[in-house]
Amino acid sequence: MNARTLNILGLGLVGIVGIAFLILTPRFAELDTVLELTVYMIMAVLSLSLALIWGYGGILCFGQSAFFGLGAYTYAIAMFNIGESTVPFLLAIALPAAFAALLGYFVFYGRISDVYLGVITLTVTLILFNSINSTAGPEFHIGAARLGGFNGIPGIPALNYPGNKAAAVDLEGMFYLSTAALLVTYFGLRLLLASRFGRIIVGIRENERRAELLGYDPRAYKLVTFTIGGALAGFAGCLFANWGNFVSPTIFGLAQSAQIIIWVIVGGRGTLIGPIIGCIGIQWLTTALGANQPSGSDWWTKLLANAPFIFGVILIAFVLLVPKGLVPTFGDFGQWLLRARTRRVAAASLEPKQAEEG
Amino acid sequence: MAEPLLQTRDLSMHFGGVKAVRNVNFTLAEGELRCLIGPNGAGKSTFFKMLTGQLQPSLGQVLFRGHDISKAHAHEIARLGIGIKTQVPSVFDGLSVRENIWLAASRIHNRHRVNAVVDEMLERIGLTSAANRLVGQLAHGQRQWVELGIVLSTDPDLILLDEPAAGMTHEEVNKTAELVREINRSKALIVVEHDMQFIRMIAKQVTVFNQGSVLVEDSVENILRNPLVRDVYLGKQAAA
Repeated sequence: MNARTLNILGLGLVGIVGIAFLILTPRFAELDTVLELTVYMIMAVLSLSLALIWGYGGILCFGQSAFFGLGAYTYAIAMFNIGESTVPFLLAIALPAAFAALLGYFVFYGRISDVYLGVITLTVTLILFNSINSTAGPEFHIGAARLGGFNGIPGIPALNYPGNKAAAVDLEGMFYLSTAALLVTYFGLRLLLASRFGRIIVGIRENERRAELLGYDPRAYKLVTFTIGGALAGFAGCLFANWGNFVSPTIFGLAQSAQIIIWVIVGGRGTLIGPIIGCIGIQWLTTALGANQPSGSDWWTKLLANAPFIFGVILIAFVLLVPKGLVPTFGDFGQWLLRARTRRVAAASLEPKQAEEG
Repeated sequence: MAEPLLQTRDLSMHFGGVKAVRNVNFTLAEGELRCLIGPNGAGKSTFFKMLTGQLQPSLGQVLFRGHDISKAHAHEIARLGIGIKTQVPSVFDGLSVRENIWLAASRIHNRHRVNAVVDEMLERIGLTSAANRLVGQLAHGQRQWVELGIVLSTDPDLILLDEPAAGMTHEEVNKTAELVREINRSKALIVVEHDMQFIRMIAKQVTVFNQGSVLVEDSVENILRNPLVRDVYLGKQAAA
């Protein structure tokens, strides 16, 4: 079986599982489970935005939450001012994308090195956190929308079908929309990465100097990649603001930014399915640990209920033991098994000969 | 006289107080093959880096077909038609041989043509059977060939080769010399090399660098006889 067939099989499998999940879940699951799964889907879109720019573009952005939060806030603010969701939806993608383009322009064209890029993006998201956090007073408003500071913005109107203000998307509709968004994002990115542009950004990740000496301008390619990542994160942010009808500054916080990176590390850089699995797995674990209130006074039940502690352990374990992440490591293991089988077959066919010679 | 392909005027590179290259006036005609020799640290690689925009000269100019390219970005220079094979092979280690060549070829060919061009180049560098292997897993000599393939695939008018025969077996060196002569039928080349055997196989004109400046420029026979060159460079090898 060659790489191409494997690739197509993989795509088909993801498509079938995805569509089955999309159709079947609301029929068989309770509403609260559907609600929970919806936010997993939304966060998975966010994880894909970093999977693209870090996993394929080689740009370590520590502040992907900045674009996510901007998307959510843009949607909320625009919604209170406009009332019909088509324009707010588009703005929630366009504004974070424009912000990513502006930030990326200074970073990439200023030839700022990778480490500083991480520091700068982290700083940007923390600046946004602190700025929005301190806008609690009634004097902070944009049009009809009060920013609400650390209280956040509650009661954000839901998305409606384009052009029809009365037809708002309900909870089940949000599940369909988010799952479809994840599938479209996944297959869209697969297409992008198979295109000339996608192959070139991977080349730049592998050896920027070489790409440059071939006549590609790495700055431009990185800027476009970063901007697409910003747009995707903004899109996820818009869905997130819809999901809970609420947004608060913690969306820009350190915990949120770190989480996105952990999803990608656990799932595996250089894959798209990996970060999705990492994202869903870790969120599921968060929920499970949150539900697991310390029932006894044993030290280990207390420890298990301490979610940040568990995540710390997971992160360290992955960085030390599975540095490539889950999906690439499974891929390597599969290849190793295949090779081992080939060797056995080859050895078996050699044996009679050796016996004759002996 | 026809306009030279490449010309440098008082080209200099200073790193702090160290003058790695000083006042180099170098001229290369269209279609010429020139060898650069000189002891380690003579400034050959620094000179190459200035020609390709990897370093901005401290002083002086680089003219490519009359255009001043001394302040241009590396990718702009590449697009004007200068390709370089660096001293330590600069390739895409995590990608397959085919993908490496594809990335180079697709800069100048559209998607209908590019795959045919890639197949042709794989054949030419003799790596068709290794096309799907990762370049990082290949032997040093083979990686050199991959890089040559990459450079040739962008079809530059001037090709700079920094120690193309390093780490190659005797047989591979012969093959490389043959390839260099073949390339020279249509392109200009500047080749940096230490292997005098290799220089003899390919060179007509040789420029000798020493301590950042041009020591002498002459035909290969005269260079090999020149006692000054022998003193700075060949003499040591003869003694050893």
